[in-house]
Amino acid sequence: MTSEKRLDELREQAWKDGVVAGKGVDVAGGPIPRKPGYYAQPVVKPPVWTWEIPLYFFLGGMAGMLAVIALGAAMFHLVELARGAMWIAAIAGAILSPLLLIMDLGRPHLFLNMLRVFKQRSAMSMGAWILSAFGACVVPGLIALELHTHHIFAGTLDQLLRLAAGLFTFGSAIFGTLLATYTGVLIGATAIPAWFLHRTLLPIHFGTAGLGCAAGLLELLGHRIPALNFIGFYAAAVESALLIWLTVDKHGAADRAIHEHGSGWLIRIGEILNGPLALVLRFFGLVPFAAVSFLIGALVSRFGWIAAGKISGSDPESVFAAERSSVTTPRR
Amino acid sequence: MSASMANPEKSTADERRSSRWSDGVLECRNDGTSDISCRRFHLPLAPSLQYSDVMIGEGIQSTNQRKHSYVQDHLEVGFFTDPSVCIGCKACEVACKEWNNVPDDGFIWSGNSYDNTGHLGASTWRHVMFVEQDRRKGNQITGPMGLVSQKPEVGDQKSDLTGVAPAKVEDDPFRWIFLSDVCKHCEEAGCLEACPTGSIVRTEVGSVLVQNDVCNGCGYCVVSCPFGVIDRRPKPLHDAGGAFKCTFCYDRQKSGLVPACAKVCPTESIVFGRLDDLRARGAQRLQELQQIGYDDAQLYDPTETSVRGIHAFFLILGEPEAYGLPSKPQIPTIYLKSAWTAAFATAIASLIATVAAFAFLS
Repeated sequence: MTSEKRLDELREQAWKDGVVAGKGVDVAGGPIPRKPGYYAQPVVKPPVWTWEIPLYFFLGGMAGMLAVIALGAAMFHLVELARGAMWIAAIAGAILSPLLLIMDLGRPHLFLNMLRVFKQRSAMSMGAWILSAFGACVVPGLIALELHTHHIFAGTLDQLLRLAAGLFTFGSAIFGTLLATYTGVLIGATAIPAWFLHRTLLPIHFGTAGLGCAAGLLELLGHRIPALNFIGFYAAAVESALLIWLTVDKHGAADRAIHEHGSGWLIRIGEILNGPLALVLRFFGLVPFAAVSFLIGALVSRFGWIAAGKISGSDPESVFAAERSSVTTPRR
Repeated sequence: MSASMANPEKSTADERRSSRWSDGVLECRNDGTSDISCRRFHLPLAPSLQYSDVMIGEGIQSTNQRKHSYVQDHLEVGFFTDPSVCIGCKACEVACKEWNNVPDDGFIWSGNSYDNTGHLGASTWRHVMFVEQDRRKGNQITGPMGLVSQKPEVGDQKSDLTGVAPAKVEDDPFRWIFLSDVCKHCEEAGCLEACPTGSIVRTEVGSVLVQNDVCNGCGYCVVSCPFGVIDRRPKPLHDAGGAFKCTFCYDRQKSGLVPACAKVCPTESIVFGRLDDLRARGAQRLQELQQIGYDDAQLYDPTETSVRGIHAFFLILGEPEAYGLPSKPQIPTIYLKSAWTAAFATAIASLIATVAAFAFLS
């Protein structure tokens, strides 16, 4: 359609109905815009991230916490469990996660520029370093663990490998906890109201969801031990508490993307699946079902949070409402 | 394209050295080229121009037309944008696009007044806003506006001249405001702090610059800008994938030239100059406007928030919201402390829960 035709069409419609449906178009009752802000144009920019990022949040969080479980298992001589956890942590955390992040870059060939600087005040920079450090620990840790388990070398070398495996697993666990939680900081410290209003909830949610996913996945792979069941209980209980927190902690128009729209539903469904439902299923001993419920919930919720950021970022009212609420007023 | 736009600027380096400012008059060496505008600069200032109480029409006196060495002298510069003299010609948008080779914004009719540009973004570095409000502009005299109120009523006294009944006098104020929006070049810039590659830097003149060859397009600056200025350029545009925003014409400034938008602004609604000077001029202009009845004029320069002021500041009529500007913009790094605290607490709790689970249950 030519632009002139479109203009005529708009005029026609405005004349006939008094209202023109369309983004930012509002002529009801005259030429004065009635939409909030400037013709309902977004005040802040919605995130440009696509499906790779929520999937990375899910896999990275799980990988990080798998390393924590590997550390716990290694400390108490559950070598098979530690090996299984380290394998998945290495694949998900050191291969799939960087791959997803590189895929999402606007210029993937420049991915190494991520390590050009070390910036404490940039959660993205910290995340890049955390992911790199995690990869640098989990891969050698896995190799040392495998070599030691199969006793490829004998004597002192084998003992050194054992020590290396222990140290690298410890390093993986430390960076793993940060890998699982920094993503909450990443989106919490932004200008998007739906995100920054929940900046304390997000790291708790992402980290705990990662831990529950790690335990659930290992259980699905046949490691049915009480310790993992306990971790599953712990994660589901924390997630249930977060669901209550999210339900209570409402900020009206400022964070309506969390409570309304498709994004609100995704977050709520996710939270119910990895919160109360997983808890109840685990209570009745239906461990595999609980694990599946938790995994799906954690994945859906990650997509929900990114979707909420897109909706909140495109909604000028959410920014204005957040400014009016006392939460963002700097305390000086 | 650039040459036609920047007439006195096509001088070579030699010529530039010979151009000096004295008493506000540019002395251009006339080396045989028939440059009329250049010759005119030799004329003494008209007496009326010497009383520069008003800001507009400063012409050659203006900092918009002078050569400068702010980059070399490390002086903070800024834009002061004054909608009370903007005529909405969008020359700034065009000049910006031409000089910086920025792709188009799309050719669509938005239906939003005369604004078919939309919003600042990867391919929109200057954006003229057309704000329509049912309010009075300064001491503007407003009459009836709607069709309904102009209906002649039976029994009304007829007008002497036209024989048409006078419109029912109803206060129906309406104003149309134009404001050229741009990257604010914040004192504390969200995009700069967020950038994980170090691609976004602070220049010698205090502006915030994206180094295109370093940016890998992670998109974190996009969600970190409290003004929604910077964005990632989508495919299939040239240089797609990188984050783009106003460069404050750093390339021009390095050569002593004024940013393209300020250079072309016909009413000097966009003023380029030293930040201190501009702040003083802004305050003076605000006072002038308030004296002549612009009650709701105010300066938009959020120095009270964590952004700590902006280098491209505005004079606005009415509330910032009407211009899509946040009234209390905050740099997102203020949220880091509470978010990291929650992250570390979760990290420690997860470690303890896991080790405890294995310690007591295996």
